[in-house]
This record gives sequence, structure tokens and C-alpha cells, in this order.
Amino acid sequence: MFTAAALAVIAALVLVVVRVLKGPTLFDRVLAANSVGTLAIIFLAVLGFVNGRPEWLDIALTYGVLNLIGTLAILKFFRHGDLAHDAGEDDA
Amino acid sequence: MILIDAASWLLILAGCFFILVGALGMMRLPELFTRIHAASLIETLGAGFLFAGLMIQAGFTQVTLKLLFILLLFFFTGPVITHALAQAAIEAGIKPELAEDRRGRLDEDGTAPASGDDGRPS
Repeated sequence: MFTAAALAVIAALVLVVVRVLKGPTLFDRVLAANSVGTLAIIFLAVLGFVNGRPEWLDIALTYGVLNLIGTLAILKFFRHGDLAHDAGEDDA
Repeated sequence: MILIDAASWLLILAGCFFILVGALGMMRLPELFTRIHAASLIETLGAGFLFAGLMIQAGFTQVTLKLLFILLLFFFTGPVITHALAQAAIEAGIKPELAEDRRGRLDEDGTAPASGDDGRPS
């Protein structure tokens, strides 16, 4: 049953990766990449149960935090052009 | 005991269903803002049901606590990322396609008007 769940997550990953490749806009890709991260976390959690080693959840937790930081950094970069942007600088 | 097992399998099946529906939505829905909706389905209902099933399998252990932490992470970061993404997309000039054409309410440069007549904060 855990294997079935892992297979479902893999199928979902394939569909979302197709969206990453197709685009069409940058934000579609960012959204899909974030979903890939989410599905990877779920996959790690399920895989831990498949192998009988739920300690893999620690890796999943770390991956979740990195996923958040990465997505926000990409969005900030493409919105402002650099990561060290000070919002009060140009008071737009 | 077999009842608890059945409940957890049912929850895992429901989680798989919602994950697949969300991924299918990412593929099939027409534009960015509808795809955001599909993506949120994966990390709320999909992960929620799946992890609930895994928690029942793990029992009252440290594993359950870790699963709970991952779920909490999803529940806090999902809206943050979705909000940042929608904000950045609106600012970049991508406008939502609506069945009823209300695009005139957005200014030409893609930002929301200062005071909308529909009561939304800008």
C-alpha cells in the first residue's frame, strides 16, 4: 500500500515536471517547481515508510525549509532584479 | 486493529487521489491563477490526508510528531508562497482570465487601482 502511494506521487511528479518544462510564463515554472519540492517531501515521507525507516522524515523536513527559501528567493530575484533589494529604497 | 488499518489505508488512498487530481489540474487548467488553485490542492488536502494515514500507521511516536511538523510547515508556507507568486505575477503584468470581463478594473500597468469599487483592499 505504501508502494502504491509512492507510485501515485511519482505519477503526480511526472505531470508537474511536464508543467515545469512547458511554462509558458516564468511564474508557471516557479509554481510548478515549488510543487515538485512539495511532492518530493511527500515522496520522501512515503519512501521512509516503504523501507521501514521513517527517519527519512528529517530529510523531508529540511527539504521543506529549503523549498520555501528557494522559491521566495527566485520570486524576489525576478521581481526586483537582485536579491539584496531594499523595499524602502525606491518607494514605488 | 484491522479497523484502524482500514482507516489509515482509506486516508492514504484519499491523499493519493487528491495529489493526482492536483497534478492533473497543474497540467490541464488554462492559466496561472487557476493552476495556483490546483497546486494548493496538493499541499493541503493531498498531503493532509496522506500524512494523516501515515500518522495512524506510525502510532503515538516521534514519527507522528515529525509528520505533524511537516504538515504545519505546509500550512504556513503554502499561503506565503502562493501570495508572493500571485503578487509578483500581477506586478509583472499577467492578468487573470475571467469569464465575466472585469479586466477594466485593473490599471494599464497591471497594478490594482487604489480603491476598487468591489471593496477589495488594493
